[in-house]
Amino acid sequence: MSRVIKVTGILLLGVGAAAVCAPWLSPHDYATTNFGSTLLPPAFADFRLFGTDDLGRDLFVRTMMGVRITLVVAIVASLVSLVIGVAYGAIAGYVGGRVDAVMMRFVDTLYALPFIFFVILLMVAFERNFLLIFVAIGAINWLDMARIVRGQTLSLREREFVEAARLTGVSTARIILRHIAPNLIGIVIVYITLTVPQAILVESFLSFLGLGVQEPQTSLGALVNAGVGHMEGASWALLIPAALLALILLCFNFLGDGLRDHFDVRRSR
Amino acid sequence: MSLLDVSGLTIRYGDETVVDGIDLYIERGECVGLVGESGSGKSQSALAILGLLWPQAAVSGSVMFDGEQLLGMDDSRLDQVRARRIGIVFQDPMQALNPYLRIGAQLRQVLQSHGLAEGAAADARVIEMLARVGLPDPERQYRAWPHQMSGGMRQRTMIAAALIAEPDLLIADEPTTALDVTVQAQVLEMLEDIRDNTALLLITHDLGVVAGHCEHTIVLERGRVVEAGPTTSLFAAPRHEHTRRLLRAAPRVDRGEPPRPVSSRQVLSVSDIAVDYDDLRAVDGVSFAVRYGETVAIVGESGSGKSSLVRAVLGLVPQGGGRIVYARETLEGSVEQRAMAVRRDLQLVYQDPTSALNPQMRVQAIVEEPLVVHEPALGRAARRERVLAILLRVGLAEKHLRRYPHELSGGQAQRVAIARALVLEPKVLVCDEAVAALDGSVREQVLEMLREVQQESGLSIIFISHDLAVVRSLSHRVLVMYMGRLVELAESAALFDAPRHPYTKGLLESIPVPDPVVRRGRAPLRGEVPSPLNPPPGCVFHPRCPIAEPVCSNKEPRLADVGGTRVACHLAR
Repeated sequence: MSRVIKVTGILLLGVGAAAVCAPWLSPHDYATTNFGSTLLPPAFADFRLFGTDDLGRDLFVRTMMGVRITLVVAIVASLVSLVIGVAYGAIAGYVGGRVDAVMMRFVDTLYALPFIFFVILLMVAFERNFLLIFVAIGAINWLDMARIVRGQTLSLREREFVEAARLTGVSTARIILRHIAPNLIGIVIVYITLTVPQAILVESFLSFLGLGVQEPQTSLGALVNAGVGHMEGASWALLIPAALLALILLCFNFLGDGLRDHFDVRRSR
Repeated sequence: MSLLDVSGLTIRYGDETVVDGIDLYIERGECVGLVGESGSGKSQSALAILGLLWPQAAVSGSVMFDGEQLLGMDDSRLDQVRARRIGIVFQDPMQALNPYLRIGAQLRQVLQSHGLAEGAAADARVIEMLARVGLPDPERQYRAWPHQMSGGMRQRTMIAAALIAEPDLLIADEPTTALDVTVQAQVLEMLEDIRDNTALLLITHDLGVVAGHCEHTIVLERGRVVEAGPTTSLFAAPRHEHTRRLLRAAPRVDRGEPPRPVSSRQVLSVSDIAVDYDDLRAVDGVSFAVRYGETVAIVGESGSGKSSLVRAVLGLVPQGGGRIVYARETLEGSVEQRAMAVRRDLQLVYQDPTSALNPQMRVQAIVEEPLVVHEPALGRAARRERVLAILLRVGLAEKHLRRYPHELSGGQAQRVAIARALVLEPKVLVCDEAVAALDGSVREQVLEMLREVQQESGLSIIFISHDLAVVRSLSHRVLVMYMGRLVELAESAALFDAPRHPYTKGLLESIPVPDPVVRRGRAPLRGEVPSPLNPPPGCVFHPRCPIAEPVCSNKEPRLADVGGTRVACHLAR
């Protein structure tokens, strides 16, 4: 395994572990407001590591809560798009013909729905719900994934090793599983590393519109938005969550590069 | 002083030495052949002479061109020498031509960038050059795009581009390897005719090409010169073991043992089959049969429909008519609609093992997949045993089980592909140019292995090849196809000794013979295969036929018996 995978993997695990443990590490609570201690700068005293926000809430705990939400949203949304997108794209591409036409027109139709409108509809129709964010982000991301996978599958389908399998009588399901899917890994991983940051950004955008995470819950995107208001005077409220967000995005990108090389049998030896 | 004098040329990539101190010299106007198998360092040497290697290659030694040291020369001076005085032709003309520029513009560029000619004078010179390399209607070719040309025309264009600045030296790296034999014969002949005083360094794996055209021959093995000398004496009395091995491995179309006779029972019979791709009729009414334990070869130039024919038999392309009978059962529809028992009995080996093997699967998984599908009851250990047995049979070892395809050499990978096809013990094995991508000695070994398997198991083989020389020692009967039609069907010995159809004769005479003493006449077949979208009336071969008579352009000949051979020609006797 390459050094890139190790370094970024350890960094991401560290950030994740800190996010999980933060509420027990710190004496403070993420939701309790305290108007006696607003906008305190970071300090070791009283465990105010990242300072406080304009409502006197502890920013260390809030940032770690934000990391939690951000990571969960990103990973779950990417997994949703991975599973649905790869299966859908590979089937459409391999089976081809009318099945392909119908499946891809369905994708085109979903593409045509304005995303924000779609999210607002969801919010109105259902109770405002954390799960809905996954659904909304997953629902747009798998469309891209399906298109990319289908395109790749179309070219793989014409390869001679697939034809050789057909000739011998290997079933369609087995061809997709054993011959098509493994040859998609490289491109899928690259695309997933683009999807994770995209999901993180979409989540913070939704939170900014008030459609995402609701106060007192928070996410990195929401924290950055809140921090922008105090850029002068309390720059830490912006800089710390922004730096963490950047670190996480960078780690995912490098991890993707490393994993792609790792799964490419031609380069791993 | 020699025109080119290379001494002690060494090329290293890190610790690996790919060319190890080779010496070669070329006099003005001379033709020198540089021969070797793939990986012998012949192309690397040519690129090093031209200063075109990647920067990570460490080149040492000396390359004197007309008294000037080319190694370490500064780039702008080197550019001038290369552009004006050394021309180069590569194997694949499509990659060497810019697809977004018309042919004329690409050749004009050569003249203009060296300030040799401008405006109308440049146009005239380009058109003259296109005419000299034998392109029909040069004014029209001047305005043509590369994709509108056939492979042979493109290679002629490349030669025109290389020679238009009248260089002193032309380096041709496998210039005819991608071409059909009949086109190869014409291109080599043209090259000989027009190069005047230009010296030629001809790099090739084909001893036949060297024997017919070069005064001197240099044989490379693993980056070293193992033998060099005048072509006639080198071929007559090779001193080095590697040269002898190369000569033995070179297939001879003019001699060879026909294989022993086989049973008379038919395993597969195909009658009047046709294959259509939209408006294009790729195969038109071909009938033949294969007997148990027999090898039937199908030969013809590219575009003759030989692959389409067997793909229709296998159910990989739709059949436009006719009947296929396998072991008394009529086969219909695509391969997916056929019975599993039939699919197990008809297997296919492709030309290029790198695309025929899944790069993500290990050899064991590749070879055992047919067993998993057809014999699901087989346990893990039993399956592994079967896989190992077949791998040993095709000449591989247990250590190869865990390898990925990219970790194998070309010959090993092709053996894996053959093992996958043979693991189910099929009755008919179709080899579609299965040895065309392999080096001479490896090709001989693979063919020998196929012969052994056939003797042991009574396998029938349909062997597609554009190379008649390979076919001679392997096949019992030969089908010759031209533009989707069967033009001759004969016993192997009869076909090679007394070909009846003028096309078969032309094909045979086009093959270069690795013996400089055997003198050949002019290339026997002129021109190239016409477009199948618009086939000529009457006999499709008549525009290229050296003996055509008026009847040939009016009436399509039928297959008829002539002295025990089936021939489609009005004039055959």
